[in-house]
Amino acid sequence: MDLQAILSSIDVKADWVGLRYVKENTGFRLVRDGKPEANTRESKQGIMVEVLVNGQFAYYGTSRLDSAGIQAAAERAVKLADAASKFSLHSFGVEARPVAKGSYRSPYQTPADAFSPGELSELLVKATSELKVSDKIVNTNAMARTVETESHFVSSNGSDVEQQYLMISADYSAIAHEGGVTQKRTDGGLLAKSYQAGMEVFNEADVLARCRNIGAEAVELLTADECPTGTMDLLLAPDQMMLQIHESVGHALEIDRILGDERNYAGWSFVRLDDFGKLQYGSDLMNITFDPFVENQFASYAYDDGGLKAEKEFLIKNGLLLRGLGGMESQLRSGINGVANFRASSWNRAPIDRMANLNLEAGDSSYDEIIGSVEKGVFMTSNRSWSIDDYRNKFQFGCEYGKLIENGKITRTVKNPNYRAISNPFWRSLKKVGNKDTFEIYGTPFCGKGEPNQIIRVGHASPLCLFDKVEIFGGA
Amino acid sequence: MEKLFQQLNKAIMDSLQEGEYLSLGYGGENSNFTRINAAKVRQIGNVDEADLTFNFILNGRRCSGGISLSGDAEEDLNRSLTELGRLRAEVVQLPEDPYLVLPDSTDTSTNVKHGDLPDSEEIPAKLLPAMGSADLTGIWASGRIYQGSANSAGGYHWFATDSFSLDYSLITPAEKMVKATFAGTHWDQEAYTGFLADSVNKLKLMSLPPRKIEPGSYRTYIASAGISDILSMFSWGGVSEAAIRQSESCLGKMRNESKKLSELFTLSEDFSSGFAPRFNGNGEVAPEKTVLIDKGELINTLVSSRTAKEYNIESNYASGDEGLRAPVMRAGSLKEADVLKALGTGVYLSNLHYLNWSDMIGGRITGMTRYACFWVEDGEIVAPIENMRFDDSIYSFLGENLEQVTDTTHVNPDVGTYDGRELNAVICPGVLLKSFALTL
Ligand SMILES: [Zn+2]
Repeated sequence: MDLQAILSSIDVKADWVGLRYVKENTGFRLVRDGKPEANTRESKQGIMVEVLVNGQFAYYGTSRLDSAGIQAAAERAVKLADAASKFSLHSFGVEARPVAKGSYRSPYQTPADAFSPGELSELLVKATSELKVSDKIVNTNAMARTVETESHFVSSNGSDVEQQYLMISADYSAIAHEGGVTQKRTDGGLLAKSYQAGMEVFNEADVLARCRNIGAEAVELLTADECPTGTMDLLLAPDQMMLQIHESVGHALEIDRILGDERNYAGWSFVRLDDFGKLQYGSDLMNITFDPFVENQFASYAYDDGGLKAEKEFLIKNGLLLRGLGGMESQLRSGINGVANFRASSWNRAPIDRMANLNLEAGDSSYDEIIGSVEKGVFMTSNRSWSIDDYRNKFQFGCEYGKLIENGKITRTVKNPNYRAISNPFWRSLKKVGNKDTFEIYGTPFCGKGEPNQIIRVGHASPLCLFDKVEIFGGA
Repeated sequence: MEKLFQQLNKAIMDSLQEGEYLSLGYGGENSNFTRINAAKVRQIGNVDEADLTFNFILNGRRCSGGISLSGDAEEDLNRSLTELGRLRAEVVQLPEDPYLVLPDSTDTSTNVKHGDLPDSEEIPAKLLPAMGSADLTGIWASGRIYQGSANSAGGYHWFATDSFSLDYSLITPAEKMVKATFAGTHWDQEAYTGFLADSVNKLKLMSLPPRKIEPGSYRTYIASAGISDILSMFSWGGVSEAAIRQSESCLGKMRNESKKLSELFTLSEDFSSGFAPRFNGNGEVAPEKTVLIDKGELINTLVSSRTAKEYNIESNYASGDEGLRAPVMRAGSLKEADVLKALGTGVYLSNLHYLNWSDMIGGRITGMTRYACFWVEDGEIVAPIENMRFDDSIYSFLGENLEQVTDTTHVNPDVGTYDGRELNAVICPGVLLKSFALTL
């Protein structure tokens, strides 16, 4: 499809016109107890036509791809923008859509078609049989999600950006049951192993070894003690830090939330515009970056959907809040420095401020040094429950698997570990940050936000992190 | 739209070969979305989309697919036949599926409901002036939604409806909020203005100085909108037969350990309101009403035909994920006007937010209070409360701690749009609890 030719043929009275074509193939395979549950592939495509008239943007998303359909969409969008411009929240100029020219291709070793549907399905069947390490395992699941996306953005002020992605998510899980106790273990939390990568992710020996371990830990949890209740040290593994960063840093720093756009849905934020440059968000060990260039991380890209070039930026440095998660529209509205994070879930939604790769930078403590420093605490791994208030203050998170730490040593496994706290005091209690050896990369395909609603992929990488005096408790 | 679906259905079914079985699903919408912040337009646009899903079976094997439709019959037939070719090439590579169910429903239905909606270009001028100086944030969604289903046995269903909703929050300068949804099928400017004025009035209660309450257990009233969030949790590790069998349900204790909820709690899947179509993705038509929990006892679950085959039980034609499509909780006897008096001293919660299982198997849910929530003393509202976290088990608060249920059910429309505009609604009363655990 020649998007430039279509753009130049569009005849409407607008200050700016942009076209964003997206095609996405999503494959999903699920095997339960050796039997196929799902083998599906959705292929979605369409075009988002966006115009600027009298300072107001309006859009028309259509799955009609012929030039007559796109012309009609542009005409409707102009009428909408014109009608809405009498009630605009903010009057934008063309500078809200910077000129972008470039391309991006996600890295991979083995292309998607190197595995046939039959081969991938066979691997997942084997995975479920490895997960069943004993009769106590009553349910096994193996799933693979492959997403191939191409997007092409052109605009009347000269943007032309093509980006292509291959993204793989996989998960293997086992449920163990005995004597009224049920416990589940996954591969680091549901689909937490989400990467821009190729089919090399499905290395058989590696996958099957992980499955045996997942099965064994589910069985181990059946006889584990309940997580203790009390205020003590909390050590979080990188696969739980993913959720911790996402909920209590990422969403709180979205400038569109701070500006109130989300107050009817996801909520507001305890962070205010005048906090930037002043608020001590966490302890001085806390360094949070927006980093679109981490190899294989799930939400890397070169340009956001508004055409802003992606750069690595520190949002929080030595605990001090410096910069927000806001694209050009939010930066123009707020006057706060932001990043290239104006993203849409697909062709049928308008971009809003989203997380992409949002990471906690490695510190200098080794694993042994961190464990050795804990008199009494719990080490929690793999998220299973998450909830936080609409200002991103009061959170409660639960994990699949815990280890008790006593007098500088890991002593025994505990089940149903949970903790709750309030964002700022919690981050200020961060007392040790693991070094590069403890640093791991995760992601999720499922971050929800926006009205109309959008689900988008994000990446989070982190080392091990130790927090002081946290309220910890067990199950029902 | 229906014509396109009929054309594609006929051409695709005609091209099937010996031994091939197919179900088709059509989903589409023409929608306007107007996003509002501070009673001004933040974003506005229309979305026209349609897609066709395929569930293909050959030789005891199954795979599925989906394509976007362009609206051009020839182009869409080409895309469909290409997709069918892909499914044929894939299905022979897959292992046998012992639980697959051949499409055999020959039921047909057509249900088209016309509304009266404003044109997209008129929406800002119809909505915004009435908001006046209120700080209102929310989302307008309107237009037509289409759903179709057809199969190689000759089953055929078509459902189309016009609807609109304005889901919004009103916010005081001290950041206290009330939430409301004005929804329907026929736009009435006067009714809208009245509805909005009513919520502005409710907001006045929120201007009382707020009170901070300590974590602990409180007598609590949860209004219908809050209960609708609790009931939605039953669609996730709840009333699904497969989830119960596979140890992933909060109701496992009811099945396996004869646990019961309160006699005051009765939950049904009940399509009689007509919001959502009764046919599922396979074109199977669910019973108009299935009582799931009757006076605290689990008597039925949602069973898809696939689950029915696996466990050799009877299907009640649930959707593939065995979630609630038409949840209705039975009303009780507490008059809404008497709620504050019956509560006496405690907490009044209008809405809840961000629910999650803190222990699914144990039935424990955590979440937040949100919007108009009050501290009540001796039957009088004293002050709005700061938002609190709760963490409590359904076996407690819908069990021995469920004291009374109000005598009026309310319709809580699902205004979700992740996977396109939703059609469902949760119909439920409010509940008075002897005790509810607020933890942070
Ligand atoms: Zn999120």
